[in-house]
Amino acid sequence: MIELDEIVRDFLTEAKEGLDQLDRDLVALEARPADRELLAQIFRAVHTIKGTCGFLDFRKLERLTHAGENLLARLRDGELALTAELTSGLLAMVDAIRAMLVAIEATGSDGDADFAPLVAELARLLEGRPRAAAPALASSAPAPAAEPAAARNESIRVSVALIDRLMNQVGELVLARNEILQCARSDTDPARAATTQRLNLITSELQEGVMQMRMQPIDAVLSKFPRLVRDVAKDLGKRVRLEMDGRHTELDKTLIEAIRDPLTHLLRNAIDHGIERPAERSARGKPEEGRIGLRARHESGRVIIEVSDDGGGIQVAQIRARAIAQGLLPAADAELLSERQLLELVFLPGLSTAETVTKVSGRGVGMDVVKTNVEKLCGEIEIQSQPGRGTTVRIRIPLTLAIVPALVVAAGGLRFAIPQANLVEVVRAAGDRSHARVEDLGGAPVFRLRGQLLPLVQLSRVLESEPEREPRERPLDMVVLECDGRRFGLGVDAVIDSQEIVVKPLGAQLKGIAAYSGATILGDGQVALILDVPGLAQQARALSEQRPRGDAGSAAPAQEVRRDRQPLLLVRQPDDSRLLIPLDSVARLERLRESAVEQVGASGAVQHRGRILPLVRIGELLPERRALPRRPAADADPQDGALSVVVVESDGLRVGLVIGEILDVVEQSLELELAPTRAGVRGSLIVAGRITELLDLAWVLEQSRVPPQPGLAA
Amino acid sequence: MSEAAALQLCTFSVAGHQLGIAVAKVQEILRAQPLTRVPLAPRSVSGLMNLRGQIAVVLDLRRRLELPERDADAPVFHVVLGSEGGVVSLLVDAVGDVIEVSEQSFEPPPETLRGAARALLRGAYKLERGLVLALDTQKAIGVRAGA
Repeated sequence: MIELDEIVRDFLTEAKEGLDQLDRDLVALEARPADRELLAQIFRAVHTIKGTCGFLDFRKLERLTHAGENLLARLRDGELALTAELTSGLLAMVDAIRAMLVAIEATGSDGDADFAPLVAELARLLEGRPRAAAPALASSAPAPAAEPAAARNESIRVSVALIDRLMNQVGELVLARNEILQCARSDTDPARAATTQRLNLITSELQEGVMQMRMQPIDAVLSKFPRLVRDVAKDLGKRVRLEMDGRHTELDKTLIEAIRDPLTHLLRNAIDHGIERPAERSARGKPEEGRIGLRARHESGRVIIEVSDDGGGIQVAQIRARAIAQGLLPAADAELLSERQLLELVFLPGLSTAETVTKVSGRGVGMDVVKTNVEKLCGEIEIQSQPGRGTTVRIRIPLTLAIVPALVVAAGGLRFAIPQANLVEVVRAAGDRSHARVEDLGGAPVFRLRGQLLPLVQLSRVLESEPEREPRERPLDMVVLECDGRRFGLGVDAVIDSQEIVVKPLGAQLKGIAAYSGATILGDGQVALILDVPGLAQQARALSEQRPRGDAGSAAPAQEVRRDRQPLLLVRQPDDSRLLIPLDSVARLERLRESAVEQVGASGAVQHRGRILPLVRIGELLPERRALPRRPAADADPQDGALSVVVVESDGLRVGLVIGEILDVVEQSLELELAPTRAGVRGSLIVAGRITELLDLAWVLEQSRVPPQPGLAA
Repeated sequence: MSEAAALQLCTFSVAGHQLGIAVAKVQEILRAQPLTRVPLAPRSVSGLMNLRGQIAVVLDLRRRLELPERDADAPVFHVVLGSEGGVVSLLVDAVGDVIEVSEQSFEPPPETLRGAARALLRGAYKLERGLVLALDTQKAIGVRAGA
């Protein structure tokens, strides 16, 4: 037997059940030829098989069922009367279909047997012509007696409740197994150790099996959407094409049901708010027919579902205005929000950006409900939008909620479980080397991991379970976590173990604490809290606006949106003005003693890692801006006399930019909102509500090229 | 009060007060159990405990009623209640007898009780040996962590 597609297997199961019923119904019909209902039922059964095999490209089977369907249609419409000859013809068709199903199961194709004579016979019956010197019908269809064993039904229907009960029991078994494994570590009896190992293995396999049983292709939900999209689009007078991808992506049955509503909401939103009317689209130079993409895929133990449209996108300014007008946000706060944070306002309850309330959406309930539903599934949702080009909403949910692989860590004398789904990597403390990597970014610790600067938070500090302690006093293990596509480091006292945990809900008394998603029982019988990474991040306000670069895989509009965005270092200059520096070019952040600066050229230089590092005081280098008042520059930190220096590197040139302090790392599209007003800047962007200049690094490097200084190099 | 004329109360003491809960609501009584502390939780949450594979939230009734703290090494008992939101255990000082009380002896909470304690009581049953305060279990376990 060959490997068959899930969808083909489903088709076979259903078709076989249908055929058995068809057999019985046809015979019953012969006895009660006037039974319209029965006839309608037979018609539907054949029609369903025809429809599916057309879709699955089983042409021969489709031709045969098509002929049978025609015949049944005539019978149903009363244009033909059922004769014994007709019944035989139809039964012969059922046998032939069955033979083809067997062939499909064995070979994946609808077989070599040529049913042309049968099709011709059905056509003849349709026209009511008398039979020519016809070959016997039976000769074309294999005798039913020859039906191989494979034709027997190989799947059974099991109630979901039973599977759920099994799942719970397996959950308990996993816990018991974990406890035994814990005891077995100190066990010296080799026979018992072997039995424990076997128990371990069997439990794992059993668990996997039960989980498998609950897995279903997401198509169970997606298959309903083409119709929905068509109807909604028609209602709104829009033209929309739905493109679906990854319909076979499997996930837990409970999750399949739970994502139906959020996805429906997102699709309605995309059609109503996203896709413009045909006339508007053509005026904007887009095809009249809008595209909505619905894509599902597995990625590192999670399911990612994206709903993207190529519509008008979300007007950030409009959201801001709405949020202020509706009193959801004080005007002063709104000014400080980044574009990304503004986009996230669509998840606020009550906010709607639709100009008018339509039948479909715009009543101000929607995205907040979607977010709540997704979060209930331990999922995350994010939104990206580009005005005029479209919006993408990305949902990440776990494959299953019941048992998850997790990392157990210790902090502040307690143990916590972190779901692997949020885990990027573990960075073990390796003596002093890990300290070196922890740097100070405007008062907030960050650490550098393969060139990427990540914010660092101490778990024990976030949870206030330990008094304030200097993070650099002792080595610590670090766990790199990701949520919403952003990464941050979590400092813990120790990384203990990774294990499968059974997720138990927290009591109502603790549901409101965002930092936990549940609790579990560890191998020693003790309870441990499961950390909710997005909630934790929120708690810690650890997330700066940075994201990993080069996230592959996502589809059209989203990718375009992403490509344009770039992480930028936002710094305050000694004269108090702000400046953006592309983060890719930043090699290091240093604090240098002012006394180490040797006077070379305009701004001096320092010896840095065995090389001469020219220093640049940007304020002195850039031509003065007329309009802005300047404070006298005080470069060095008044407390320790150190200079904050951002070491930038490009084309092999390295300079140190003397700055006041680092404020933030932001991610911005480099579409400049204001043209450059002077040399040395590439233009201006609006960051956190303030006009901020983007440094032209190439120009700065060119300006600061230091002529060789033999005296200093020696 | 809709309780039948005769009601069985499971009694226990908390900071010198006698309290009672309808026997039907009590799932079991346990001695001190290992607890897992929950950072960020409301003060009255002592922690979580493993109750044969189920996870129970443990509330300290002294803190819940805003009564003085008990000594660190004082003995405790768990009065375990099954509730809709999961299993909840109330931490008490000592467990007494199951007593039968009648509605006739029921009266509103004594005037001398104020604040949190008063809000969490349904009233009191007057007995020969003193008052047994009837705990409103719904309110007593109705702790909410700030979202």
